[in-house]
Amino acid sequence: MKLLQIHEPGETPLPHEDERGLAIGIDLGTTNTVVAIATNQKAEVIRDATGRALLPSIVAYRDDGVLVGEPARRELLENPGTVVSSIKRLMGRGVEDVKALAGVLPYELAPAAEGGMVRLKLGDRVLTPVEVSADILRAAKSRAEAALGRNVDRAVITVPAYFDDAARTATRDAARLAGLEVLRLVNEPTAAALAYGLDKAAEGIYAVYDLGGGTFDFSLLRLEKGVFQVLATGGDAALGGDDFDHAIAARFLAERGGFVDGGDVKLALATARLAKECLTTQDEWQGTLDLGGRLSHHRLDRVTFEGLIEPFVDRTIAISRGVLEDAGVDPKSLGGLVLVGGSTRVPLADIDPDEVVAVGAALQAEALTAGSDTLLLDVTPLSLGIETMGGLVEKIIERNTPIPVAKAQEFTTFQDGQSAMMIHVVQGEREMVDQCRSLARFELRGIPPMVAGAPRIRVTFAVDADGLLTVSAREKTTGVEAHVEVKPSYGLSEDEMARMLRESIEHAREDMERRLLVEAKVEARRGIGAVRSALAADADLLSREELAEIEAAIARVETALSGHDRDAVNAAAAELEKITRPFAERRMDRGIRAALAGHRIDELGL
Amino acid sequence: MNEASRNMDTAKADGTTAPVACWLCRGPVAAGALFCPTCRAVQPPAPVDHFARFGLPVAFDLDENELDRRYFAVQRQLHPDRFATRTARERAVSQSQAVAVNEAYETLKDPLARAEYLLQLHGVATEACQTISDPELLMEQMERREALSEIDTREAAEAFLDAAGRDVAASLATIAVAFGRGDLTAARRETTRLKYLTKLVEEARARRARLGGRPEAPILKTMPR
Repeated sequence: MKLLQIHEPGETPLPHEDERGLAIGIDLGTTNTVVAIATNQKAEVIRDATGRALLPSIVAYRDDGVLVGEPARRELLENPGTVVSSIKRLMGRGVEDVKALAGVLPYELAPAAEGGMVRLKLGDRVLTPVEVSADILRAAKSRAEAALGRNVDRAVITVPAYFDDAARTATRDAARLAGLEVLRLVNEPTAAALAYGLDKAAEGIYAVYDLGGGTFDFSLLRLEKGVFQVLATGGDAALGGDDFDHAIAARFLAERGGFVDGGDVKLALATARLAKECLTTQDEWQGTLDLGGRLSHHRLDRVTFEGLIEPFVDRTIAISRGVLEDAGVDPKSLGGLVLVGGSTRVPLADIDPDEVVAVGAALQAEALTAGSDTLLLDVTPLSLGIETMGGLVEKIIERNTPIPVAKAQEFTTFQDGQSAMMIHVVQGEREMVDQCRSLARFELRGIPPMVAGAPRIRVTFAVDADGLLTVSAREKTTGVEAHVEVKPSYGLSEDEMARMLRESIEHAREDMERRLLVEAKVEARRGIGAVRSALAADADLLSREELAEIEAAIARVETALSGHDRDAVNAAAAELEKITRPFAERRMDRGIRAALAGHRIDELGL
Repeated sequence: MNEASRNMDTAKADGTTAPVACWLCRGPVAAGALFCPTCRAVQPPAPVDHFARFGLPVAFDLDENELDRRYFAVQRQLHPDRFATRTARERAVSQSQAVAVNEAYETLKDPLARAEYLLQLHGVATEACQTISDPELLMEQMERREALSEIDTREAAEAFLDAAGRDVAASLATIAVAFGRGDLTAARRETTRLKYLTKLVEEARARRARLGGRPEAPILKTMPR
């Protein structure tokens, strides 16, 4: 019998790729979004019709529709009240966080509803940051589809390394709303290191200093023979070029005095940005601010500007120093420093600091879908812990632990017959709960009634390769699975997410059904492949009739695969599994007999 | 207790132990094998110790470069990124493998965690954080702690850290010798001491950070504009 197609471990099967759209890389930035695609390890940034790579992360909500990018930026002058920018700073944040953000906020906030996620009020609309980000991602997807002439349905999306679980979840939810399957959330400095390292064939320990519009990351990586191992990372999810703009705008507004409203702040921020960008190449900037018909004249020189931003720059240096110390790396042993983000504006040899993250994301999207020799090994940026007695934090997973990671912790009850308990999960490095960031409250229910202290409830905290947390629990003495109910502190509830999916995707139902069908087909094909491999090895264990029966069952699955009926695919696959059960048992018997006889399994030609 | 510390070649996948059934094709797979020899499906992590996971001998002395090399080689095959387009079940199995590999790597990479784990493998419990039953060790730690609390300049903190760093290195050498001789009592005593020294270093670092004023790292001279 001819051996049918078998894939080596780690090799990704490519057949039936035609059913899937293309996979792209997206750097969803605070100020700009960049899209790229890679083929054969060469990444290309996707530009608009006029050749621009940067898609401004600005959305205008007009009565007649939604504008994203440059058209939205132009709206800023006409209707500042309808325009949202820098939405990334609000991802996964609650109202209290937002109040603590630096500067006058250029948004009008709506009272928070369930879930605690901040909401923006724009005219008649109330929007979450997830929905605004989804609009930006939709524009990115359309740009790629227009340029490539094909459907795009999967993406690697980059996030700041220092993004917490809530912000990561919010980013993934935004992608779902935009009709994109997230292949992986990759940390921005890691993506930059990938693009840089592959381009330069760099080896050794490298630091990535990534100062973007709203976030700062500093990561240390070891580059060795295609492996990109993150040694340590640190940062501030609310520190970036926006803070420079706020400092300048606050100075301008103080100079002119008088009353300002939200629209004024947006214009002052836009002017501040112009001044900042001008000072990249010149020593002085002069200009006017026209707010509500009252003009004021302002000037800003380089020295004053550097004085304004000094506290922020000092903070980035303190963070970088801490990361080096965490990893026990001497700065002198670094092979190089990669500067990333518009706010560094120090050009790398031939990689644009604005584009390098998207390029890395595209390379990873290709690696995930078409296979690759490179390997990214990343870490958790923040320690994960739970609240214990007296508001103290007990750390479960330390920061800079390689992901994926899972750690279990045992809990017990303190009252007789207690059937439920609350577990509060926090993220951060401080010892007190109120100084850390609340991620979620989990309620364990269905604990079997026992005397206090008798149940042994094992709770497993797992962080996957996307840096996302899942929790599961089990009572060990009885084996009862405790029900875990997630109440995200700043996220969207499942109901809210479901409603948004229904409302926002034009073909939500078909989209979902299509995805489930694709998944069912992948499973069924894998099942056929496994049976064929087994036949190639052990067909002699079957009678002619049995073999014919199995072949017929395979044929029925293949027939189902050519159609679009998910239930038929699943039913045919289940039937194949049932028919091959005696065959599997005979194969196991043969394997065990061989092992008992002292033969290695591989000597039997399996 | 001499034989306990000798290198053990634990449950290596050599096919002579009873095979287990592959979760996908349900055929025989040698215990500990990463992939099914027939259908190539990734297998769940075998219940082996952290050393066996990398095919390393059970010993305190460990070549860190060799550990890294094996860790990368195993992750190249098992990391979830390699299974991004596979079925949901294969993705889940690959994640459980990567989790087991990461846990083993984290434990073996850090000498203190490695020493504690090795003692645990030999059935010797290390002392809980709060108690020091050894009066000599207790005395030493109290004196060091007092010295640390009196530090009020950056230079003094640096000098303290230098001395503590030398002590850590010496302690590691002592632990290696103790494990090498199979003297688990000595290994345990010194491991407890290393635990306190490590904590002391952490606190000294925190103190130095509070005292501030450290000269800037030369690599960070490039200012963002």
